[in-house]
Amino acid sequence: MKFFIVIFLLLVGSFSVQSEEMTSSDENEGSFDVIGLVMEHITDAHQWHVLDYTNRHGQRVHLTVPLPVILWHEGKFWFFSSDRFYHSSEPVALGNDFVVLHDERFYLTDFDGTIHTDKEGHIVNASVADFSITQNVASMFLSVALILWMFLSAARNYARYGMAPPKGFRAVLEPIILFVRDDIARAQIPGEKADKFVPFLITVFFFIWINNLIGIVPFFPGGSNLSGNISFTATLAVCAFLAINLFGSKSYWKHTFTAPGIPFPVKFILVPLEIIGMFTKPFALMIRLFANITAGHIIILSLISIIFILKSLYIAPMSVALSLIMYLLELLVAVLQAYIFSLLTALFIGMSTSKSEH
Amino acid sequence: MELLTPNPGLVFWTTLTFILLLLVLRKYALPSIMRALKVREETISFALEDAKRAREEVEHLEQKKNKVLEDARKERDAILAEARELKNRIIEEAQAAAREEGRKLMEKVNADIKKQKEEALFEIRDAIGQLSLEIAEKVLKEELADREKQKKVINTYLNQMNLN
Repeated sequence: MKFFIVIFLLLVGSFSVQSEEMTSSDENEGSFDVIGLVMEHITDAHQWHVLDYTNRHGQRVHLTVPLPVILWHEGKFWFFSSDRFYHSSEPVALGNDFVVLHDERFYLTDFDGTIHTDKEGHIVNASVADFSITQNVASMFLSVALILWMFLSAARNYARYGMAPPKGFRAVLEPIILFVRDDIARAQIPGEKADKFVPFLITVFFFIWINNLIGIVPFFPGGSNLSGNISFTATLAVCAFLAINLFGSKSYWKHTFTAPGIPFPVKFILVPLEIIGMFTKPFALMIRLFANITAGHIIILSLISIIFILKSLYIAPMSVALSLIMYLLELLVAVLQAYIFSLLTALFIGMSTSKSEH
Repeated sequence: MELLTPNPGLVFWTTLTFILLLLVLRKYALPSIMRALKVREETISFALEDAKRAREEVEHLEQKKNKVLEDARKERDAILAEARELKNRIIEEAQAAAREEGRKLMEKVNADIKKQKEEALFEIRDAIGQLSLEIAEKVLKEELADREKQKKVINTYLNQMNLN
């Protein structure tokens, strides 16, 4: 409980600092840019924002962790620190060209660093292939470090103690591993093949779950919206697609491409549908995870923003209470989405690897 | 729309990270975990099987023990009954023998008593005869001093004797 109180104090604290900044910059309109705030929090960034505060000299201090920027241009990689883009208005030289960071995207510019837009406001400057370790990538590395630490220490303990009932951390890990193995893999994938997919499903489950959890921690090492990022979910969906189709049985392909037992004219409708279905299944996985996690982040941010929209402290208890409820819900959603993603993947794998006709 | 556009950089890093994580977990972590879990499950199921078998065996032994006990009890009862019967018979026999012996002894004693009584009677009769003779002698000597008298007396005695 103390932990949650600390989380909320920090959350409210960090937002209040930002609201000062926002209101002082948007003083003419006197309004609070909720959409900007929300978008800033759910999109990726090239630096890891920790804290903003005003020091005793009245200067704004932005406490951030600079992250490496890796750009691919003119056939080679360029490495920078993100500090060079955030804390200067000068464009950075990139071979014969110059590059600026605008709304977390890199654009090639002239030496003066101007961004050109067309009549509809779209930026016409060429963008650069960006392989930076962004906030999301750093957060992903953190999750991988956590997962590896969890599993490798558990594996070492299993090798050492083996038969003994699990203690400490293993007692938490083991039921989840058993759950994935028995209730996801073995329940959905028939026969001997189930155990072959268990490592994949366990990896998917923990990768999504741990990243969801990191995403709902509101302060420094967390808070990134990685599992609510379409790139992340799309990658996992492609992995699921490969897992489903690379190990497809003969009868699965026959079923997909010939639709046996169906009158011949109907096959012209059914076979394209089946082929589309191959792609819609992982596509649905991608959208589901993305939408659930992003929506959770947006709701919590909006609830907190109510305080600054209404500019009233009296609304704060309600905001905090509602976002507490949302946080609890998000904890559930974090594990639920990991479960649904791995369960549906297992289900589709089971459908594609089974030998029997449907 | 920006939210729905995949970013190639992030896709690249996610792919790389995910595949590396999968490979590392599959190679270094999961085999020993899965093996340990499988071994534990099998051990537990074996142990349960063993326990079940042991329980059945115990039940079987229990039945056997009860049967043996029952048999032993029956045998003991039979032996006791036999012993009691034997005891009664021995007592009866002893009593009968004792009675017979007593009877024989009594008969012998009675016979002895009778014999001794008869002997005593004979002796008494002899002694009485002797005494009678001596007395008679003395009386006769006294009486036979006078001839006439002697004759008379003798005749009287003789008559008396004849009458006897």
